[in-house]
Amino acid sequence: MFKQWSKFIAIFLSAFALTLTIAACTGSSTNSQSPTTGNSPAGGADSITVYTALEDDQISGYLESFEQANPNTEVNIVRDSTGVVTAKLLAEKDNPQADVVWGLAVSSLLVADEQGMLEPYAPQGLEQVQAQFRDEANPPHWVGIDAWMSAFCVNTIEAEKKNLPIPQSWDDLIKPEYKGQIVMSNPASSGTGFLSVSAILQLKGEEAGWTYLDALHENVAQYMHSGSKPCKAAGAGEYPIGISFDYRAIKQKNDGEPIEAVFPREGSGWDIEANALVKKADIKEASRTFLDWAISDEVSKKYAESFPITAVQTDVPIPAGYPADPLKQLIPNDFKWAAANRDAILTEWTERYDSKSEPKSS
Amino acid sequence: MTSSPSTHPTFLQRLFPPQVKQITTREDWFMRVLLILGTVWLLVGVVFPLYPMVMRSFQDTSGNGVGLANYARYLSTPALAISLVNTFYIAIASTLVSVIFGFIYAYALTRTRMFGKPVFRILGILPLYIPPLAHAIGLIYLFGNKGLVTTGVLGWLPGWDINLYGANGIIIGESLYCFPQAVVIMITALSLTDARLYEAADVLRSSPLRTFFTVTLPSVKYGLMSAIFVCFTLAFTDFGVPKVVGGNFNVLATDIYKQVIGQQNFSMGATISVFLLIPTVAAFVVDRIVQRRQTALVSAKAVPFQPKPNPVLDWTMFGICTLIAAFAVIVFATIIFASLVQVWPYNLALGLKHYDFSRVGGGGYAAYWNSIRMSLYTAIFGTIAVFIGAYLVEKGRGLGWLRAINYFLSTIPLALPGLVLGLAYVFFFNNPTWFNGTVYNPFHWLYGTMAILVVCNVIHFYTVCFLTANTSLKQIDPEFESVSASMSVPFYKTFWRVTVPLSLPAILEIGIYYFINAMVTISAIIFLYPPTLPLAAVAIVNMDDAGDVAAAAAMSTLIVCTSIGVRLLYWFLTRGLQKRTQAWLQQ
Amino acid sequence: MTHSSEQPAIRSPQPDPPISPTLQRETARSIVPDSDATIDRGKPYLQVENVHKVFGKFVALRDVYLDVYPGEFVCLLGPSGCGKTTLLRIIAGLEQQTSGRVIQADKDVSRLPSSKRDFGIVFQSYALFPNLTAAQNIAYGLQNTKESKSRIKARVEELLATVGLEGLEQKYPAQMSGGQQQRVALARALALSPGLLLLDEPLSALDAQVRVRLRSEITQLQKQLGITTVMVTHDQAEALAMADRIVVMDKGCIAQIGTPHTIYQKPDTPFVANFIGVMNFLQGMVAAPKQVRCGNILLNTPQNQVEPNAGVAIAIRPEDIRVLSQEDAQNSSLPNIVTAEVEGTEFLGAGYRVALRPDGNSKELITSEISIHQARQLDLNPGASLKVQLPPELIQVFPHNF
Repeated sequence: MFKQWSKFIAIFLSAFALTLTIAACTGSSTNSQSPTTGNSPAGGADSITVYTALEDDQISGYLESFEQANPNTEVNIVRDSTGVVTAKLLAEKDNPQADVVWGLAVSSLLVADEQGMLEPYAPQGLEQVQAQFRDEANPPHWVGIDAWMSAFCVNTIEAEKKNLPIPQSWDDLIKPEYKGQIVMSNPASSGTGFLSVSAILQLKGEEAGWTYLDALHENVAQYMHSGSKPCKAAGAGEYPIGISFDYRAIKQKNDGEPIEAVFPREGSGWDIEANALVKKADIKEASRTFLDWAISDEVSKKYAESFPITAVQTDVPIPAGYPADPLKQLIPNDFKWAAANRDAILTEWTERYDSKSEPKSS
Repeated sequence: MTSSPSTHPTFLQRLFPPQVKQITTREDWFMRVLLILGTVWLLVGVVFPLYPMVMRSFQDTSGNGVGLANYARYLSTPALAISLVNTFYIAIASTLVSVIFGFIYAYALTRTRMFGKPVFRILGILPLYIPPLAHAIGLIYLFGNKGLVTTGVLGWLPGWDINLYGANGIIIGESLYCFPQAVVIMITALSLTDARLYEAADVLRSSPLRTFFTVTLPSVKYGLMSAIFVCFTLAFTDFGVPKVVGGNFNVLATDIYKQVIGQQNFSMGATISVFLLIPTVAAFVVDRIVQRRQTALVSAKAVPFQPKPNPVLDWTMFGICTLIAAFAVIVFATIIFASLVQVWPYNLALGLKHYDFSRVGGGGYAAYWNSIRMSLYTAIFGTIAVFIGAYLVEKGRGLGWLRAINYFLSTIPLALPGLVLGLAYVFFFNNPTWFNGTVYNPFHWLYGTMAILVVCNVIHFYTVCFLTANTSLKQIDPEFESVSASMSVPFYKTFWRVTVPLSLPAILEIGIYYFINAMVTISAIIFLYPPTLPLAAVAIVNMDDAGDVAAAAAMSTLIVCTSIGVRLLYWFLTRGLQKRTQAWLQQ
Repeated sequence: MTHSSEQPAIRSPQPDPPISPTLQRETARSIVPDSDATIDRGKPYLQVENVHKVFGKFVALRDVYLDVYPGEFVCLLGPSGCGKTTLLRIIAGLEQQTSGRVIQADKDVSRLPSSKRDFGIVFQSYALFPNLTAAQNIAYGLQNTKESKSRIKARVEELLATVGLEGLEQKYPAQMSGGQQQRVALARALALSPGLLLLDEPLSALDAQVRVRLRSEITQLQKQLGITTVMVTHDQAEALAMADRIVVMDKGCIAQIGTPHTIYQKPDTPFVANFIGVMNFLQGMVAAPKQVRCGNILLNTPQNQVEPNAGVAIAIRPEDIRVLSQEDAQNSSLPNIVTAEVEGTEFLGAGYRVALRPDGNSKELITSEISIHQARQLDLNPGASLKVQLPPELIQVFPHNF
């Protein structure tokens, strides 16, 4: 143990000495940037700004093939949670900063489309995209890449310690034994949070849905900024149960965290992650190239490694941990309804639950 | 000139003598132009951006004037109004904790013969190098549900759950953040006291407790007020700590963040900013008034106080200071430890995997290098701007009213919370035109560049640096300029050959201050940074938002170690310099 | 007229005070004649004309006229706040007069900033640049001219020699004594060979001994260079010892201009009399053109212009009061002999200052200075009775409206 320690301290210190030397000597050491971020201001002919709500640990893997094919195109990724990206997109309506939206919830894209912010574009290879994964209009305003659904991340170690049975359904979550044991994402900022809330309202009907959410609120310890944070908090044991989404749960489980991915018995809320071209004065060719690439076989295979349901069907087997037939897990979801009521639902939710009280202790 | 030298003035001229005005030389013009430029810089950097922000609070999201509707909505939404109460609560509690502990700590350092003072001095200001967000992350690993303390060092000891998420966590985090500031101010205040007062009290056989209340407290009351003001403002406006450990306990700063980032509702953000601004401006005004009174009371002939050994007091203080310093060190050590642990709390093997930022958000090492670049630029340009500004105000000739205005403008940034400043910059610089498109905005091109981040940082930390430069310049003989003028040497030569070398310690101190603060600051730039320029401190927020707390701890560690490293580097570099300056200063 | 040997040694023997105004100003010093003396000294080098200075509502200088002649050493003397430093700074252009003119070498410099005027200045703080060596300090102004490096070096060496600091070129100010620093400051002020040297309390930061030594050094140097000099001081001894003429200032006005002797012995006003040296004042009433009654005492005085029965104050220096031995007192037919009671004594080292209460005028005390030698022959215990003489020619009469 001691040996290991001293080795690490030595490595750590020497790494630091090196960092500091470089920091001290060079004021502009910017070549060591990660591939996802450019340094020159956006706006150049071969530089596009992409708004996305995809997961951080997915993006760089996805982008590799685009960068290989288009080495001269600089892609500025602006990543945040679905709610934030949506709000940003809407706020910039008169002066759009984004060129392309990549992997944003359809329920959000529909809101933007309503405002006339999306430019119809039929990317190459559109015919491969299954019909239910793209806009009905031709050319379509949006084109999906995959679907993601809500899932519970349950920390098995903590659950055992606290003698908590593993919840199997939405209804389990409002049982009193889970008081203060659950974290979920804030639907105002997180797309995952929103799809869970909208799923409940659709499953149970509005009135019963809000009653259920009131009961759930009693058990929730914290509402978190992003869809992934509840799962990560569960993985770290901060809270035994996180209401999150499928990819997160399964990825963490496969990474060796003591996580059980639970797909609720009543069915999962779900949404399509989709792409769109932003309507603006000068639409760059690179934006179209990017959208073509974003539904290509090559990257669709990568999507399929994360998600069981992809817009372009691939031969990649369903990742381990998913239900055998993922489509069965999905509830019937009315995106139009969700988009139309998005603002009202969020206002209602914020009024009811945000900052209503001090967090309950575990 | 009215007449030849030999003629005598007429009776009328004696009654109403003509006013005499000195010729304005080219040198004077040069100085005036500099002064005007300085004023313009402060107006653009500090005052003008506030206008569109305040105006925005009277508009709806599409820019239509709605009067006080936003304020009414904010105050009538119970969830939002609660934030206001919450913010006051945590700010007052954190101020009390940090000022009381800061006072005790500073008292031990200045007024006792406690063992190990130099070490305590360094440890006391250690939290200064740690972003408030990082403190909060450290607290999660100590007091969170899986924290070392909560679980009793992972099960070895009985655990202690302080119910971190919420007010408790915020107060501890803010106290850690404010503590070094209180210590620095109180050390200065306590060192200024006149030893003769204590000798007099001794001779009059005053009891130590009575001496404390009749001599010590009154003599440091201005320092105490200052510390309270600074800590209150910091805790009231900080956003990092509540963001991370606040849970569902909302404060104004997180409300602004949620409104602006989460809902892109800039009008509501502006409205809450005004709520944030009012108490800090009020505190600032009170502090200014109080401090103005102080100048008359400080005696230049005070005798420095030499503490006498007092074993009981010294060892008690040693105990208290050890506890305080240990807490600060433990929080810092926990951050480092957590960044090295593979999977907290299940796999405690150590590794550097969290230092690979490629799988997490925030921009990774690009953000780190950007931050270093931004901090270096801030240090260089900020120091130049501050020092020249302070020089013109303190040593300039003529245009006294303009210099007074300049001085006033230079002190305003202290009252501006970073979030407010950043938001104001968004409104002011992002707009291509002003006044509904009638005036072209000449500063619009700055938006989204490194330059605006640097400007924002320079202004955000301007006041402290300005006052440092001002104090240093005040100590330089005002007759240097007169002597130079008598030898017809232009002021800028004397500035370069004499003033700058003599102020070098202060100049370097300002540079370091700028560097460290630019490294750790979040609030001022979180709304302002463009996607092309991710920054390390902002990356901590993003990582924490995404739930990658260990990566956030790793990035915090990088930031803290860089700041400490730069400080050490500075120390090594200036040792040679000090030897030289000592030749000038030795008596 | 006889003079008693008890007069303090430092005072030069003084002839009978002349009555005529011209002669009144005549002095033992002849290096530079007095301003309004009949001797023509040519044109003044520096003229201050009708200068006023107002800071807000506070009038710092009022109606100031001053001529300084080439090569002259003039001291501005007065209590703090009298405006002497303001006047010096106006002469230097460091401060701007509200109105009035400053003429230097026949040129109106009123509107010129300091950098365009021709003067060197030494401040109380010396204002030496601490980060520059003595040589660099002295060369500071020279380097701004187009002089060659070698010429500058030579000039610096010459100046260092002039002020007696050879070999200290490479010392920083902090490594030198106060006196040495003052010499460097002086050398620096002289480096550009200015037409006018301004000294702002140059000696007051120094130890008493160094101060006395530097006094004579500076005057010697000033005479040797023949540079017109204006010095500000609040130390009357310094002014008396150094100046050719003294300008006494009070509350922004010039109270009197004159040679040190005139200022000391013939002060124009009670203020000047009181500010320089110690002066006894007795309130009285004019009894006759040459007599004043103070209480029950009738004193002979010089001719005065005051109407009979008008109130006056008579003034006499302590050292001018003669304490008579008992024999003298009994035999003397001297005028103005007064009997007085000893109230107390103060030991001064070389003598005593004796506080006396004159018989018949119980309200006011007068002080007298006597030598140790004389004191031995007298009874100075409190309550003892002494005979003193107030020589009429050394008495001054000030009307009350002063």
